[in-house]
Amino acid sequence: MFPRPIQQSSTGAQWLYTIALPIALLIWLFPLLGVALTSLRPASDLAQGNYFGMPSGIAWENYVYIFTETPIGQYMINSLWVTIPTVIGAVGLSLMTGFALAVYGFRANILIFFMFVAGNFVPFQILMVPVRDMTLQLGMYDTWYGLALFHIAFQTGFCTLFMRNFIKALPFELIEAARVEGVAEWRIFVYIVLPLMRPAIAALSVLVFTFIWNDFFWATVLTQGVDSQPITAGLSSLNGQWIAQWHLVSAGSILAALPPVVMFFLMQKHFIAGLTLGAVK
Amino acid sequence: MAQASYVNVAAQVHRPKGRLNQRAIAPWLFLAPGLFMFAVYVLWPILQSITLSLYDWNGLYNQSGEFTGTFIGMGNYAELMTDPAFEVSLWNNFYWLALYLLALPIGLFIAIFLNQTVTGIRLYKSLFFFPFVISQVVVGLIFAWFYAPNFGLFYLLTEAITGKGTAVLADPDLVTFGIIAAGLWPQIAYVMILYLTGLNNVAADQIEAARLDGAKGWRMLWYVVLPQLRPATFIAVIVTVIGALRSFDLVSIMTNGGPFGSSRILSYYMYEKALSEYGFRMGYGAAIAVVLFAIMMVFISGFIWKMWRDERER
Repeated sequence: MFPRPIQQSSTGAQWLYTIALPIALLIWLFPLLGVALTSLRPASDLAQGNYFGMPSGIAWENYVYIFTETPIGQYMINSLWVTIPTVIGAVGLSLMTGFALAVYGFRANILIFFMFVAGNFVPFQILMVPVRDMTLQLGMYDTWYGLALFHIAFQTGFCTLFMRNFIKALPFELIEAARVEGVAEWRIFVYIVLPLMRPAIAALSVLVFTFIWNDFFWATVLTQGVDSQPITAGLSSLNGQWIAQWHLVSAGSILAALPPVVMFFLMQKHFIAGLTLGAVK
Repeated sequence: MAQASYVNVAAQVHRPKGRLNQRAIAPWLFLAPGLFMFAVYVLWPILQSITLSLYDWNGLYNQSGEFTGTFIGMGNYAELMTDPAFEVSLWNNFYWLALYLLALPIGLFIAIFLNQTVTGIRLYKSLFFFPFVISQVVVGLIFAWFYAPNFGLFYLLTEAITGKGTAVLADPDLVTFGIIAAGLWPQIAYVMILYLTGLNNVAADQIEAARLDGAKGWRMLWYVVLPQLRPATFIAVIVTVIGALRSFDLVSIMTNGGPFGSSRILSYYMYEKALSEYGFRMGYGAAIAVVLFAIMMVFISGFIWKMWRDERER
């Protein structure tokens, strides 16, 4: 193990490590903690310049205010309307593409695979004008499905990379044995491969959920109004209205950050497996 | 019983041709939906953007639904060459790229710091990873607050040290570096998690053998550990470079490219030209996007080339 386990060091060093850990964490998360505290500070404190002293009270009313006086609740619902179909669509499509690319040796295989991988890394701006134009032409501008359809297509690149590598690592004998038995290809997919894909499906679902929930660029390019804008774009436009009302900006930020954070804590192991692209085991 | 197995064998003898056909068609059926979506939303738009960069177009169609752009050849690219805002954006992209790579050593350092087995370490690792999970919009707002003039922590800190507070986001010379620092925060967290998983798999026997030979500290890290972390380093470089060139959210949230356009980067400048109140210059925007695409293709090709080599070794 590297570095040498701290248990093998002197008692002094062990103490030092135990103290250094929380301090390092505190410094690392300092900006976030500051915002979390500000979100619970009464507006009057900020008005008097009391930014970092003892708050005069805990102001849950900041959260009540943004829920009752701004459309933030609607924005969050809009986010779910985009995020959940995207997770289902992208994971579903990539299960099939990943299966095709992992199991069958045909001539264009590697070419198609690399195309998915490369497409996943292109800058969004090269897609922006045509995708926005197409969405407008199809009458899907400013709708949740217009945004979700794009996300499904784009995420399929990354998801295919992941699924294909995952299926490649499965024991191929299973599939060969089924073929010898005369099992149809689609049955092999449904009854043999799919049941083994649970960890991959979980990993991709949390990752795609986080990516899409946090997406800002496409939200601003493909949606406009309160009825369809996701939370990221909504928060940005609210930020324009709340000039220097930091207690509200902070509360909104914490709220927007919450769902992916909860998701991460619930599904930590899967999340990390997904992030390493399945390449670092 | 005997008859049943006879039928089975007969089926196998008679079916190989059908089976093979099925095996030739099946992959295409499985690929079709995903490939279709990807072609419509990713591949085709790339070609369209490249074509569009040769046109002057305001994004509109005439009443009979016809495209209203005019072909101007390399006109947009010629204009880019003399556009000072483009030059600023290009330079800033370069800073982003170079400074973002700092995420690698810092992320490795934190990973080594956290790679212990004391009680509660799992929770510490998760909390250190936190910044990556939250949206860049939120990261941008958090850092805008951190840098805010008069009461922001960073402002107060510089005031305490130098006697005069620095409003980073209002200073044309510092603004880009201030935004990059905000972007590094989640990126370091990402790199850290890659290295933590990598460190988990470093061969213990090699470390022990090197330890017996008297290697420790830096030499151990450089000659024994880092070579084993190569796969993690490779992915970290790729995601960091792509992350640096793709960044858009932070600039948009923190400064809108200002002050005086000094924090623009290509991704943001493209958006500004094509979709903001500064006018709907779709062709010009597409030309900027093509330049960014070309820069990124250098790195994407490198990644694909490495993957292709690994595939052949298998």
